[in-house]
Amino acid sequence: MLLKVDNVSVSYGAVEALKAVSLAVSGAEIVAVLGANGAGKTTLLKAISGLVPIKSGSILYDGQKLHELPAHVIARLGVVHIPEGRKVFATLTVEENLNLGGYGCAKEEVQKAKARVFQLFPVLKERRRQLAGTLSGGEQQMLAIGRGLMRSPKLMLLDEPSLGLAPLLVDQVFATILQINKDGVPILLVEQNARKALSIANQAYILEVGRIVLAGAARELAADERVRQAYLGGVTYERRLRAKESRATGNTPDPRG
Amino acid sequence: MLTFIQQLLNGLTIGSFYAFVALGYSLIYAILKLINFAHGDLFGLGAYVGYTVFVYAFGVIGGALGLWGLLAVGFAAAALATAGAGLVIERVAYRPIYPIGRLPAVVSALGMAIFLSNLIMAVWGPRYLAYQESFIPTGFWQIGEFRIRILQVLILVSALVLLGILYFVVEKTTFGAAIRAAALDRETAALMGIDFLKVIRFAFAMGPALGAIAGVFVGMYYRQINFTMGWVYGLKAFTATIMGGIGNIPGAMVGGILLGLLEAMTAGYISAAWKDVFVFAALMLMLIFRPTGLLGEKVAEKV
Ligand SMILES: Nc1ncnc2c1ncn2[C@@H]1O[C@H](COP(=O)(O)OP(=O)(O)O)[C@@H](O)[C@H]1O
Ligand SMILES: [Mg+2]
Repeated sequence: MLLKVDNVSVSYGAVEALKAVSLAVSGAEIVAVLGANGAGKTTLLKAISGLVPIKSGSILYDGQKLHELPAHVIARLGVVHIPEGRKVFATLTVEENLNLGGYGCAKEEVQKAKARVFQLFPVLKERRRQLAGTLSGGEQQMLAIGRGLMRSPKLMLLDEPSLGLAPLLVDQVFATILQINKDGVPILLVEQNARKALSIANQAYILEVGRIVLAGAARELAADERVRQAYLGGVTYERRLRAKESRATGNTPDPRG
Repeated sequence: MLTFIQQLLNGLTIGSFYAFVALGYSLIYAILKLINFAHGDLFGLGAYVGYTVFVYAFGVIGGALGLWGLLAVGFAAAALATAGAGLVIERVAYRPIYPIGRLPAVVSALGMAIFLSNLIMAVWGPRYLAYQESFIPTGFWQIGEFRIRILQVLILVSALVLLGILYFVVEKTTFGAAIRAAALDRETAALMGIDFLKVIRFAFAMGPALGAIAGVFVGMYYRQINFTMGWVYGLKAFTATIMGGIGNIPGAMVGGILLGLLEAMTAGYISAAWKDVFVFAALMLMLIFRPTGLLGEKVAEKV
């Protein structure tokens, strides 16, 4: 087992965001974690990458206790967390963002990895000298993924890579994820876009208010009546979500993504 | 014309002092959003450590080192000791406190400033100490009726070289990008494998070291030092930091030089007594018309 999350609980003050969550990633599979807004998906990834401390339980990766290590050490072990909302460094150039993805790696390795990323996302090469904050949402997502690939990840944690992107871009992002996985990188994918996530995942977990309520092969979950009701219902889940978000913010989603 | 060139040179010299000190404020503010009020007194500490090493080394090894050898030893000792003091202050006065909040950290910084200036007074006494001729380069070049002091050239060249190096490190290297990234978003920087503590240590060592170099130069330039100098220069340099745009490294340099020029020109053409009035009037105007400072942030994040 590459990653084993065992009975992990996390609290923010009085709010218990994760309640005895267990989950595993093995081999070169894609494991999806689905759940509504506020279910605790981001907290789960942050616990693994060391950004939030866990209250109880354990997180083992390749035999090491991740929950005892600081985030920057975990990153250097090859556990690459691509955070929700892309989090590119807006006032740094595209190239500086990429270089930081390989921070601490040998110079030749960084150059090689950068060439690979430019091949995967030619637009980043064109815009290498541009400030990351001036990229479109879709380009920023490519930069966030490209930055994550700079360290030759041994495990990739992806937090809602399709959030806020136009449908065409969503397809492209999922195709990229599949490609990265085919190249041998195991992926723990957090998504609200259940349909898409289940279509590329091998295993899936469903998280509801901090608890795993359902787990199994992605194909089986996609056929499960409860899942179809709650996450793949008549109106697609993503469309309902978008409608909800635009009501909340008073904006219509940016069609360019 | 003579007055102008003379005041230009004076202004650049004084501006270099401010720029050296302003950098320390800006570097630490950029990373921690903390105004390190103890920074001015670290600059004062550097001047005193330099003084002590000069007197002591001159007494023990006399002329064996030569003036330039003596200067090298004095500057290195002042920079190292002050960098060490900066690191200790970070450890004892800030690190336990910044998780609590920004205001407590600012109070702690003020406390450290008072502590340091009193420490200097307790160790070296309240009276002015004189930087002696024996450890100051006193030569000059006479061009017509115009005189260039070697010390001024040394100050300007040092400022150009050291600030240039710092600018290069922060703006052009990957370590510099890591510093800027940590300043923007500490969590995401950690996901890149960046050790935030290392970035903080860099700022708390580099800022005071540059401040100490300025402190020693001020001692040489005015020939005397006093335990209150940290407060006086700290306040001016902080003004320069705000004028250049706090948290912005090139801004601190530009702000420092501009402030020095403003002071020198006021002193040369109006009256030295008015220079602080002009400086703080300029600060007010800046805060009204360009609150982000000359080189303040302008790129907004697009979501
Ligand atoms: N920094 C925080 N402080 C307090 N509560 C938080 C914090 N981050 C998240 N939470 C709460 O924890 C719960 C899980 O949040 P999160 O992990 O972001 O969910 P998701 O990613 O599934 O939308 C939510 O109730 C949220 O309000
Ligand atoms: Mg989330």
